[in-house]
Amino acid sequence: MPEIDESRNEAEMIAAILAGESQRFHDLIRPYERSVYVMALSFVHDEFDAEEIAQEAFLKAFRNLASFRGEAKFGTWLISITLNEARSRLRRKKLIKMEPLEASNDDDGSHVSPALLRDWKEIPSEALERSEMRSLLQKAVEGLPPIYREIFVLRDIEELSIAETADVLQITVASVKVRLHRARVALQKTLAPQLKQINSKGRWFPWS
Amino acid sequence: MVIECKHVWEHISGYLDGTLEPEVLRMVQEHLEHCEICSAILDSTRNILILTADERVFELPLGYSDRLHARLDEELKSAEAVVRKAP
Repeated sequence: MPEIDESRNEAEMIAAILAGESQRFHDLIRPYERSVYVMALSFVHDEFDAEEIAQEAFLKAFRNLASFRGEAKFGTWLISITLNEARSRLRRKKLIKMEPLEASNDDDGSHVSPALLRDWKEIPSEALERSEMRSLLQKAVEGLPPIYREIFVLRDIEELSIAETADVLQITVASVKVRLHRARVALQKTLAPQLKQINSKGRWFPWS
Repeated sequence: MVIECKHVWEHISGYLDGTLEPEVLRMVQEHLEHCEICSAILDSTRNILILTADERVFELPLGYSDRLHARLDEELKSAEAVVRKAP
């Protein structure tokens, strides 16, 4: 099982780094360069800020490596640090006006309705060669309300499990499921009509 | 048991993650077999998730990795200097 090998390998690297072989930190974090940056970018929507957050998160991870206990995966721990870094930077910049009242929102039974359509022609990944396509997807993810965007990025872009996502965000598994559902449906609602229009001149029924 | 479209929509995410209870899963599947709207919603959602997860959507800035490792290197070297100084 590669995953177990990987975490054993990481544990060994971490022990070596803590014992003074600091340079091995470069190798330890290489697999996570991308996910940390994307996590940061999904918060700040600005490449420069995202890069600064990513650097800061990796530096904090190095400085606090001794406190990593190995209960979580190293990658999950790193993502938590990034999340905290991104949130505190946003707070400093006062870009977050008010966090929505979340706890009561999860179970209020309110429905998010998807975009209705009668047929869907699969859009192949090759379509992503077009910058128009990439930018549509980026904007849609960035346009999600923060509590849904966090969930979506962790679960569907960073591919954390539901339990890991709950750990990182310190919310219940049930809340992860509810928010993830809303995030996905909201994206479908925004993107399906736009993508369908780009993809074909197929029939489209905009009732809802 | 027959369920309405809007009840099926509540289970889209769970269906994609494979976390539905067997009984709910069966109802959703039966509904999907004859409802082209719900099938298209499911297909489009699945397709959109695959597209947004693609690495090309969020690209790394040019030189990001080099700058990161250069910055880390400063930190690592100063940490090593501290270790060396310690008795």
